[in-house]
Amino acid sequence: MGSVVRCDRYPYVTGSSVLGIKYKDGILLASDTAGCYGSTVRYKSVERLKRIGDNTILGASGEISDFQAITNLLDELITEDWMWDDGNKLGPFEIHNYLNRVMYNRRNKFDPLWNSLVLGGIKKGKKYLGMVSMIGVHFQDNHVATGFGNHLARPIFRDEWKEDMTLEEGVKLLEKCLLVLFYRDRSAINKFQMANVTEGGITITEPFALKVNWELEAFRNPTKGAEGSW
Amino acid sequence: MTKTTIDLPPKGGFSFDLCRRNAFLESQGTKMPKFRKTGTTIVGLVFKDGVILGADTRATEGEIVCDKNCEKIHYLAPNISCCGAGTAADTENVTDMVSSQLELHRYATGRDSRVVTALTMLKSHLFGYQGAVSAALVLGGVDVTGPHLHAVYPHGSTDTLPFATMGSGSLAAMAMFESRFKEGMTREEGIEVVCAAICAGIFNDLGSGSNVDLCVITKGGKEYLRNYQQPNPRSYTHSKGYHFTSGHTAILSSKIRALRNQVRVVEGDVMEEE
Repeated sequence: MGSVVRCDRYPYVTGSSVLGIKYKDGILLASDTAGCYGSTVRYKSVERLKRIGDNTILGASGEISDFQAITNLLDELITEDWMWDDGNKLGPFEIHNYLNRVMYNRRNKFDPLWNSLVLGGIKKGKKYLGMVSMIGVHFQDNHVATGFGNHLARPIFRDEWKEDMTLEEGVKLLEKCLLVLFYRDRSAINKFQMANVTEGGITITEPFALKVNWELEAFRNPTKGAEGSW
Repeated sequence: MTKTTIDLPPKGGFSFDLCRRNAFLESQGTKMPKFRKTGTTIVGLVFKDGVILGADTRATEGEIVCDKNCEKIHYLAPNISCCGAGTAADTENVTDMVSSQLELHRYATGRDSRVVTALTMLKSHLFGYQGAVSAALVLGGVDVTGPHLHAVYPHGSTDTLPFATMGSGSLAAMAMFESRFKEGMTREEGIEVVCAAICAGIFNDLGSGSNVDLCVITKGGKEYLRNYQQPNPRSYTHSKGYHFTSGHTAILSSKIRALRNQVRVVEGDVMEEE
């Protein structure tokens, strides 16, 4: 990681959006499982949601190899923390802080890790949801999204998210946004994963698909009233 | 025998002769004037009885809002309307031009205008200018063949859709449509979905803002609801607004001069008529 000079100007294998929301018992993250190589959907089973320690989950969009490097770094961090064996574990806020420093320092060396990261977790009842971009811009909010999710999902979150949603309501809201992303983002596929972190632990679902609707009457014969037009 | 050639002006389309000179000037550091654009969120959807068009009301010139309450829903015919995004001058003029052509066409044919007529006139004009006329339109109306909704792009391509959004806020509005649209909605449901889409554009896109304009077109007629929703009210700190009674500014001295003394009426001689 340290001494090799890399000219990371373009991402090669990229992941699309990651969505995150706070709900009553914790944090929910969602993403699809596509790894695109330019305009080809080259890999269809890329896990872009990872657990970090016992109480934090990390989602990443952007260059997949940089995401793998980041998870290696964080695994080392967690292992070292575990080795201290002092009864205290790094919480989501501390891990987010560490990630901020890593991303910003790489940006200062003109060698960024080409990712937008979403980090969510819960420690001692306090929920945490935040985002770091590849240039080190970071913030916390009740709902976050990366990439295309900012344009398509964030308006829906701003309108429909509310404080203390149940798990079912949170999942439904995320599924609604994932479906809009599948319809309108060209690098999304109909294969998603969701990660859930509560005080009780972390669960990452198996990949699932959503039901799509192409049965609108108007799509059947668009030029019905105007033969010959297009 | 010498052959003389007459230099006729070109018949149509733009002449791009000065573009190289403009590019040169720009490279030398001249600041090009900014276009007045309608940043914009414009939408349209087909409901049970017809078409609903919606638009925000912000016009931007670069980073400044130059018109807080402009009209983006243009009249084309008694039964057809068009929302415009892109360069304001282009959308205004292209819709005015097609509206005139449609009226002449109505007189020539003796029938109500059809939406596809407007569509064909718009798309052939825009295609002829190869995208230089920067007008992105949502065209909707109801004619004898039923309700129609089309999206027209600056290069001249069109889409026929049950719901359409254009402009910088189109993604936020489309997110609302994709999650809430149903076929065969009633007028109230349709208005609710359109307002939600425009408000998503107003609050999530910097190029859109201010109020929501609606236009509901059915077989019975067209209803233009200007400023249907005003979700950005101006809040004054003083309940009466800015109202200054005399005495707010100290008067150092006052001098009253009657104007009548300054005016002298001079009787003139009658002009000599020869």
